[in-house]
Amino acid sequence: MKSHLRRRAENKIMTGLMFLFAILTIIPLISIFAFVITKGVTSINLDFFTHLPKPVGEPGGGMANAIVGTLLLVSLACLWAIPVGILAGVYMVEFAGPRIASTIRFTADVLSGIPSIVIGVFAYSLMVLPMRSFSTISGAFALGFMLIPTVLRTTEEMIKLVPQTLREGALALGISRFKTTIHIVLSTTLPGIITGTLLGVARIAGETAPLLFTAFGNRVWSTNLFEPIAALPLQIFVYAISPFEDWQRQAWAGALVLIMMVFVLSVVSRSATKRKYSFS
Amino acid sequence: MENDTIETEMTAEQTMTPSLEETRKVKMFTEDLKAYFGTFRALHGIDMRIFSNRATAIIGPSGCGKSTFIRCLNRMHEFVPGARTEGKVFLDEKDLFKKDIDLIEIRRSIGMVFQRPNPFPTLSIYDNVCAGLKLSGIKNKSFLNQAVEESLLKAALWEEVKDKLNHSGMSLSGGQQQRLCIARALAVKPEVILFDEPCSALDPISTGKVEELIHSLKENYTIVIVTHNMQQAARISDYTGYFYLGTLVEFGATKKIFTNPDKQETEDYITGRFG
Repeated sequence: MKSHLRRRAENKIMTGLMFLFAILTIIPLISIFAFVITKGVTSINLDFFTHLPKPVGEPGGGMANAIVGTLLLVSLACLWAIPVGILAGVYMVEFAGPRIASTIRFTADVLSGIPSIVIGVFAYSLMVLPMRSFSTISGAFALGFMLIPTVLRTTEEMIKLVPQTLREGALALGISRFKTTIHIVLSTTLPGIITGTLLGVARIAGETAPLLFTAFGNRVWSTNLFEPIAALPLQIFVYAISPFEDWQRQAWAGALVLIMMVFVLSVVSRSATKRKYSFS
Repeated sequence: MENDTIETEMTAEQTMTPSLEETRKVKMFTEDLKAYFGTFRALHGIDMRIFSNRATAIIGPSGCGKSTFIRCLNRMHEFVPGARTEGKVFLDEKDLFKKDIDLIEIRRSIGMVFQRPNPFPTLSIYDNVCAGLKLSGIKNKSFLNQAVEESLLKAALWEEVKDKLNHSGMSLSGGQQQRLCIARALAVKPEVILFDEPCSALDPISTGKVEELIHSLKENYTIVIVTHNMQQAARISDYTGYFYLGTLVEFGATKKIFTNPDKQETEDYITGRFG
């Protein structure tokens, strides 16, 4: 009888503890959201989205260049890193032998563990130094490296979930290995790959360190691929550590915009799981 | 009448190499076919004939190599990592294991239906049926429409799905899905169709429908069916091969195998004393 009561008590305590820790993991997210929103929402206005930064000392102005810059940097990074990641992932599961596959997997894991500042330095020495200029493309190059491991591992995990009988079903119809991979295997897993990829994209959108010596930041309007370009995380960094109160307020607004961008991407990625039943 | 010809044909000692004097045309045959998974040998030299426009059943206890055998017939066996084959498999005069053989062409001539229904989950019923055609580059709409209708009619599924061809293939019941897979195989116009325990995941009513279908397909196709179900083999096949531990113990007309087999082991298995 006593042991029964004791077991019940232990059970209650442990369940309570687990509940407590589950709550603890949600608190940071909620408090960051609340904090950024309350701080940022007051300084956000239409000017913030449409105007360039004003010279030091002059109040007002916005971060239009940084918003466009971030969108451009992230798009360019996606443009090269997503195809590379997906193709490498497909190759790994469908065509590579076990030894090559595990080498690629290990390399990707190491790459995803490399500090982002190191990737920035790498892109600096590989692109900025030879080109003698900070540039959009070197920033996109650095960001792409941060994205590849996520895309590759997501693709791998998703494709592994495709049952072997599906591949065999396609092959048995006389469909070539290549078309089976593209039209049957990839199309079956596409929603999962898109979800994982967009989460990765959301992550790189907020990266600051890789852009420090590549995109560098720019106070004026530029969409030139070979010149320095503004980016939200960089702008936030510069404004937040500045002594001007107006800049600090704008840093909060920038943070809010950045968080919203990431949030929208995550929501879109979740709803990308809708299926259609035809060849694309 | 029918039985007599089969009996005389089969009681003659099985020479195992196809002879032109055979009363029935041999569609496929294997010679000393061995299959391996890594170092494990799953088939120990199978010699077997498959007659044209007849259903050949392969029976035997689990793990005896039945599935491996038919997966060698369309070279699907090698798709498993580490798997390989030795010996010969012929389709008509074509040696399927020859180096320069076109795998895609073989698989078009030899269709396959799997144990579990495996419709392509992202495709509609329509696209499932014409996947083989579409993905080999056929774009002609009216040709595809006709192929889809024809194949679904032959698979006895047309009436049930004709109004929802753009629905997901996964929206069908298990039995319908399996007939969809049969329609899909028929659409590429094969000569031989391999069935790997096609009813083992189906309920009795669906099983009945699929069996009926297989029976009707014999007119135009050569059928090979692996089954665990002895009654099924007896009902739908003309010839039966009994496999045990990777060898073909006995092969003959189904009537003979089920009423008066030559080997004691075959009789033990069929009467349920073993396996």
